[in-house]
Amino acid sequence: MALIERREGGAAAIDDRFERVEDEVALPASGGVIVSLARFEAEREALLAREGDVGVWLASNEPPKALADVLDRLAVVACDFPAFSDGRAFSYARLLRERYDYKGEIRAIGDVLLEQIPFMVRSGFNTFEIDDPTALDEFRAVCDEVRVVYQPTGDGQTTALQRRLGQHRAP
Amino acid sequence: MYRYDEHDHALVQDRVAQFRRQVERRMAGEITEEQFRPLRLMNGLYLQLHAYMLRVAIPYGTLDSRQMRKLAYIGRRYDKGYGHFTTRQNLQYNWPKLEETPDILAELAEVEMHAIQTSGNCIRNVTSDQYAGAAKGEIEDPRIWCEIARQWSTLHPEFSFLPRKFKIAITGCEKDRAAVKVHDIGMIMKRDEAGEVGFEVIVGGGLGRTPFIGKTIREFLPKEHFLSYLEAILRVYNQLGRRDNKYKARIKVTLHETGVEEFTRLVEEEWAEIKDSTLKLPKEEVDRIAAHFSSPPFRVLGEEARVAEARCAEDAGFAAWRRHNIAEHKASGYGIANISLKPVGEPPGDATSDQMDLMADLADEFSFGELRVTHTQNIVLPHVELDRLPELYDKLAEAGLASPNIGLLSDIICCPGLDYCALANARSIPIATQLAERYTQERQEEVGELQIKISGCINACGHHHVGHIGILGVDRRGEEHYQIQIGGSASEDAALGKILGRGFSADQVVDVVDKIIDTYLELREDGEEFIDTFRRLGNDPFKERVYGTD
Repeated sequence: MALIERREGGAAAIDDRFERVEDEVALPASGGVIVSLARFEAEREALLAREGDVGVWLASNEPPKALADVLDRLAVVACDFPAFSDGRAFSYARLLRERYDYKGEIRAIGDVLLEQIPFMVRSGFNTFEIDDPTALDEFRAVCDEVRVVYQPTGDGQTTALQRRLGQHRAP
Repeated sequence: MYRYDEHDHALVQDRVAQFRRQVERRMAGEITEEQFRPLRLMNGLYLQLHAYMLRVAIPYGTLDSRQMRKLAYIGRRYDKGYGHFTTRQNLQYNWPKLEETPDILAELAEVEMHAIQTSGNCIRNVTSDQYAGAAKGEIEDPRIWCEIARQWSTLHPEFSFLPRKFKIAITGCEKDRAAVKVHDIGMIMKRDEAGEVGFEVIVGGGLGRTPFIGKTIREFLPKEHFLSYLEAILRVYNQLGRRDNKYKARIKVTLHETGVEEFTRLVEEEWAEIKDSTLKLPKEEVDRIAAHFSSPPFRVLGEEARVAEARCAEDAGFAAWRRHNIAEHKASGYGIANISLKPVGEPPGDATSDQMDLMADLADEFSFGELRVTHTQNIVLPHVELDRLPELYDKLAEAGLASPNIGLLSDIICCPGLDYCALANARSIPIATQLAERYTQERQEEVGELQIKISGCINACGHHHVGHIGILGVDRRGEEHYQIQIGGSASEDAALGKILGRGFSADQVVDVVDKIIDTYLELREDGEEFIDTFRRLGNDPFKERVYGTD
């Protein structure tokens, strides 16, 4: 499993500084952890008080609204794609970025299809768990395949309309 | 009509290059068919019973002669010399080779066409009134808004993996020729009390296994909010739509299970958050797109069309074609000419490459180079001078394209059925052919407007639910069997047909339709069309005739 981070003009493989802790497993003494929404809600104060960053893992039927009031204290929100065809998390990422103004890491986990990455980037995801560790080159390639976008989203890419109107956004 | 600018061109060209790489990876065995499937489906490439099928988008059914010639050329060069116009105003090629599909897409890109989002669980090609821009009494050309929706929906980052496919139809006329009430979203342009133009928004219509007529969730949406309201509906649906069962995943089921009131509340709540975002359309951009749809330079003509009238008086064939295939035009002295792709004995909607070339030539000669595809699988030349109709008719007749049957019972919507489709339970084209052969032109005219729609399985591609007479092919213990329903409509008075009773075998079904028509002819009152008589009397008299009184 590789963790890839989208960066300006490309991508890089990065180390995962979070440990995914299942609900029934004890939390490590320190270091970053990612827990389920249920566990976060049950142990919220303890999690926020402990040493190390905290992130929450959202299943595909868990909209981010539940986290709206605590997002500034979360280092990562991981959104699960149980199957590549389950596209709910595209909406969740946009809501996190554009509705709740979340600035932290939004991570795509689960059945992440390489060809979906450009859509994920546009929706607000910036890190990706991908099965194939050699996928980095492919990742860079698919990100640049289609250079024109029509929809304004939180990623700030200049849209076709903005180009038409001569409104290029500052980089 | 709309012409691409540099940005539209660049996107489609990038898309072609992207698909070429994907096909190369597949051909080289780097990815499996399972991995390739979602990729090809994003480009309209299906694997059918016998071969691949490529579905090309014809945005809102509008195309020019250059594009039609390209479709003809592709049919000849990459397929078996023909194409099939669909009920979604698109065109399908039934025999492309996988390795050649990137070349086909490159050919299409040359004439500003593509196959993006003609399959998959995304927003499909937006459809519209085939008479848009030509119809009398139109509020505004709906294609302006279809094009705005086309761009917004193209490779939409949030809505490309919806619970299920998503179809939008927009009309600018009160008379609904786009079947907007049986779409996931239907929009009807209208004016509010202050005279401002906007849309009535209808959600949750659809056919298939669970047919629904759409419900109005907003009586009036000002134009500037067009995109933000669409985005709000899609965002609610993307989160709420069922993912556990593909047969319950369309928005019609979401709406039904959530309730119209609650669903509307959710949409309005979401919309309130985004209505003043960058999705609000600047007038400059709307004007830019609208300018592409301004009327062609019509000649100033009188109402009278002496040449056409004289020909009517001496030629019953022309007179019938004039009566049934020509619709009223907004410009005096012009008409909208329908070319029927329903000649007796041919699969509905098929056209050969030669016929496509001819229609392109005729569009140049008679209709400012413009053509339309209708959801009833015919072709339209939208702007023809009435006095040139005889000339046009002669040229069409020579090519076997002058069937005078628009709106008559042989103008059948029919899916490919078991002859071509892997999903079908029964054949549908042979039933359509038998029906068309049974009735002479005189008999069809006596019957008047009658829409027969035939589907070869419950997926309802032939729209049988909304046929005045709908025929559904089913499998009964390995035998092809047909259920009949009557009283459906896809127009502004949209309704679902009622099942008549137990079904029939293939050799009975045409006789049964005949009995239904006889019953209507006996019971109709002055000027009543089939659907009116059905609405006055209900199912019973038809049932009695078909099944007897026992």
